[in-house]
Amino acid sequence: MARGDPPAGDDRPFPPGEYPLVVVGSGPGGLQLSYALRRLGVEHAVISADPAPGGMFRRWPFFQRLLSWTKPYAPAEHGTRAYERYDWNSLLAEEAENRALMTGLMDGTSYFPSRPEMELNLVAFAERTGVKVRYGCRWESTRRETTDSGERFVLETSDGEYRCRVAVFAVGVAEPYVPPTPGLDLVPHYADTRPAETYAGKRIFIVGKQNSGFELASGLLPWARSIVLASPSPAKLSVVTRSLVGIRARYLQPYEDHVLAGGVAVLEASIDRIEPTGNTLRVTVRPSGGGEPVAFEVDEAIAATGFVAPLRDLPALGVATFGSSRLPAQTPFWESATVPGIYFAGTIGQGATGLRKHGMPANSGAVHGARYNARLLAGHLAEKHFEMARRRRPIAETEVLPFLIEEICRAPELWHQRAYLARVVSVDAAQGIADEGFVPLAHFLDAGGPDAIAATIEADAEGGVYPVFYLRHAGKTEERVLPGHPLHDFSSDEHRRAVASLLSELGLAPAEERAAPAAS
Amino acid sequence: MTQAMELVDELGSLALFADLPRPQLDAAAHSFEEAWFGEGERVLREGLTGSGFYVILDGQAVVRAGGKDAAVLGRGDFFGEVSALLGEPPSADVVALNSMRCLHMAAPDLRPFLMAHPAVMYRMLLDQTRRLRTTTRARG
Repeated sequence: MARGDPPAGDDRPFPPGEYPLVVVGSGPGGLQLSYALRRLGVEHAVISADPAPGGMFRRWPFFQRLLSWTKPYAPAEHGTRAYERYDWNSLLAEEAENRALMTGLMDGTSYFPSRPEMELNLVAFAERTGVKVRYGCRWESTRRETTDSGERFVLETSDGEYRCRVAVFAVGVAEPYVPPTPGLDLVPHYADTRPAETYAGKRIFIVGKQNSGFELASGLLPWARSIVLASPSPAKLSVVTRSLVGIRARYLQPYEDHVLAGGVAVLEASIDRIEPTGNTLRVTVRPSGGGEPVAFEVDEAIAATGFVAPLRDLPALGVATFGSSRLPAQTPFWESATVPGIYFAGTIGQGATGLRKHGMPANSGAVHGARYNARLLAGHLAEKHFEMARRRRPIAETEVLPFLIEEICRAPELWHQRAYLARVVSVDAAQGIADEGFVPLAHFLDAGGPDAIAATIEADAEGGVYPVFYLRHAGKTEERVLPGHPLHDFSSDEHRRAVASLLSELGLAPAEERAAPAAS
Repeated sequence: MTQAMELVDELGSLALFADLPRPQLDAAAHSFEEAWFGEGERVLREGLTGSGFYVILDGQAVVRAGGKDAAVLGRGDFFGEVSALLGEPPSADVVALNSMRCLHMAAPDLRPFLMAHPAVMYRMLLDQTRRLRTTTRARG
């Protein structure tokens, strides 16, 4: 059988050939994007090396429970848009019966789903919404081809060649990375950690103090004789950074053992080298604060040294990468900043960093942020590459104020992607007032356009969470920060008055706002 | 921590970090995140709250105030420290002139970082002093 010929009886969709758009990957990012593209009527193929949906959740987290919650009981009604704020794991669907699928698959023992529950959630989404994927089809290399009808990408796969004008890589950031520290290549990576009981009674050295290192330490606490975690800079804690940057609360037990001197040591030190010494290992470190090197005799070491994006030959094609995870540099709409026509979806989209105001990152690296990015990306692809006009929903002048108040109070897009996604209402002399939907904030600020107001939710390092509006008037954009609220209720009279004042700067007269409480 | 193993050598070659011994250089590398900006992309935006501190690793940027180009920055130069330390929005845009790779630190982290690394603070002070002298001479 020639390479590329499907075996007899192969009923998988999307055989090799030419497609307008090809999506690579069947994790949450690939599934969400394909779903949204199909809703818009954009023809595309989806291929995946895996045998079934799930992406990294088919394998990790190692200790089989997620860090992202889905709250069965929440302040918002199950299955509504507002509920998405409390359900970080379900993918987004328009059909009521396909929303919030995660809750129905959890056994009730935790509001953090187990890994198998999350995998089921993604399988259920693909099955129920009819997302089609050619599984067992591994993307292997990429090249460009110039034809009479323009430039195309050629994706060589284990099944044959796919040609497309636009390619989206939703391939995750899960390729194990080990830095070139002498001897570190001799020890297993996080990805190769053995079952916890095989570490019983052992002295363990974990290189790395991020969530993966602390996850291993948490899981090994009942088994290990002692645990050392080391990396050059202090451990960051999410409850201190007030973001997903830092060790999550669920993995803090080793840290408490450390501060209570209970057999766990959390060190600020560079790893100098790791050497085998008979049946043990000698790990030599240099304290970040100075002083002589310190050597540890341990039974096991594990490199919790992170993951990189598996971009294969895309850098050779010109895709610029940066940072510790070798993320592709991206435009605000998740297109390679250096190779037009190549896009990214899913966790790899965190390479479009946005403004990171106050140092706060977007949640694009997690499902609850990436799912909104994917939906926006689908709309952007449809508009830019398939000449489908973006929907502008006309909105009455008197509706603008209650609409924006409702959005800053409840829009999950704004709450999950703070200072990253914005809800935009434009005020165009020719086209009237319109809800433009969500756009990346960086795009709104830099792309220009008609007079408009953009609403975001933002946060600072001191714990403030508050609405911020951006007014674009006569080509100039100004930021207006509104106050917060102890219960994050931004529908107060103070907030309504402030937003009304902003609208008046754009020439809108909200007049009597219908949703306002009676002034009794 | 991965990139930091290689970033540390880049850091050591920049004047701002030149006085740090190796273990502190490692820690410094871990205190920053890399950021990448394309040609024409704004890094700092005049008047917007919550900006950060940046050190250029590769590429160039221009400081643009009131629509006029005030200065061109290149490898080893840093910006954003004034607004980060004073807690005020930037008074100018900083725009990438070409593909630019930077180190980024959130504004609230800059003060503790400088207090923990006085050698970097001294280098920053030297740079500010030179800028002040240049400005004074230009006015005089």
